[in-house]
Amino acid sequence: MSELLVLVPAFNEEAAVGDVVRSVRSSMPGVPVLVVDDCSLDGTVPLAKAAGAEVLSLPHHLGLGGAVQAGYKLAFELGFKYVIRVDGDGQHDARDIPRIYAALRKSGCEMVIGSRFMEGEAPYTSLFRSLGIRFFRLILRPILGKDVRDPTSGFVGVNRNALQVFSKSFPLEYPEIEALVVLQRKAFRFEEAPCRFHPRRTGKSSITPMKSIYYIVHVLLGVFVNVLRLPRLR
Amino acid sequence: MDRLLNFTTGMSVLLIALVLTSLRRSHIRVEYSVSWLLASLAMLVLSRSRSTLEAIAAQLGIAYPPLALMLLAGCVFIVVFYRFSVVISKLKDDNIALAQRVAILEYHLQSMRE
Repeated sequence: MSELLVLVPAFNEEAAVGDVVRSVRSSMPGVPVLVVDDCSLDGTVPLAKAAGAEVLSLPHHLGLGGAVQAGYKLAFELGFKYVIRVDGDGQHDARDIPRIYAALRKSGCEMVIGSRFMEGEAPYTSLFRSLGIRFFRLILRPILGKDVRDPTSGFVGVNRNALQVFSKSFPLEYPEIEALVVLQRKAFRFEEAPCRFHPRRTGKSSITPMKSIYYIVHVLLGVFVNVLRLPRLR
Repeated sequence: MDRLLNFTTGMSVLLIALVLTSLRRSHIRVEYSVSWLLASLAMLVLSRSRSTLEAIAAQLGIAYPPLALMLLAGCVFIVVFYRFSVVISKLKDDNIALAQRVAILEYHLQSMRE
């Protein structure tokens, strides 16, 4: 049995999910791909299955964090040592999965983040998103004790220690940044690996300009609540 | 002043009747009706007891006693709403965990069938 699982959360991604699954299987032959379907209304599930993925179907829409956590729970129960999350909209380049997997194994870090900023500025990143990322870098630096260049990246690999923690507690909305703080409070380590990002093939980002203020307040609150709630282990 | 207090009395009686009817029809659970019943009873008593209301208004430094009643009612309802937010948050967490468990069990069941 493979020790790695590739997790693809998807919600109404019929235009991209098949290609995403095929590209993952082509980059990582023999590695199981689990699509967590967040109660899609389109053909996401049959297309994912046709492309060769296993599908975990949620009975109703939980949002990104709930879908990712469901996948983490199943992966932990099935005994996987590593899980790499790839978004179902085609933004992440599956050819970078081996790099994240190698970094996870070699470094022993609990989390490896696929970063679009390791090799300079990333194309396809909107001005607004870039500003948001810079803002959260500033906020996170004193909390994490080190720089994180791409804190909003969803292209993330975790090992079994992190899986265990995330199976029990995982931020349900906008999980990426809060998850970093949760790991830091557990004295877990993370590092970044350079990765390529593409424009999404379908749909729109869930973070519209109108929702961005809510996003910032929500994430800031989540970060500080986690800092206050979880004792820092050394 | 009397008209406002009478209106408050009427609203309190209506609220008590609504809560009791809902309880009888099992539209609301007993533990969640208590907050509403206490709040509406407090409004009823204060709107009918002018001396008590005037004493509270004097303590709060409010010249117009019905305003003290509105302020107290507002405070009570804020507490009730907050309590419901706590309950809803817990229900949402439970619901998410349950949905995830159902999905995982269905996955295992499907795997066993195959």
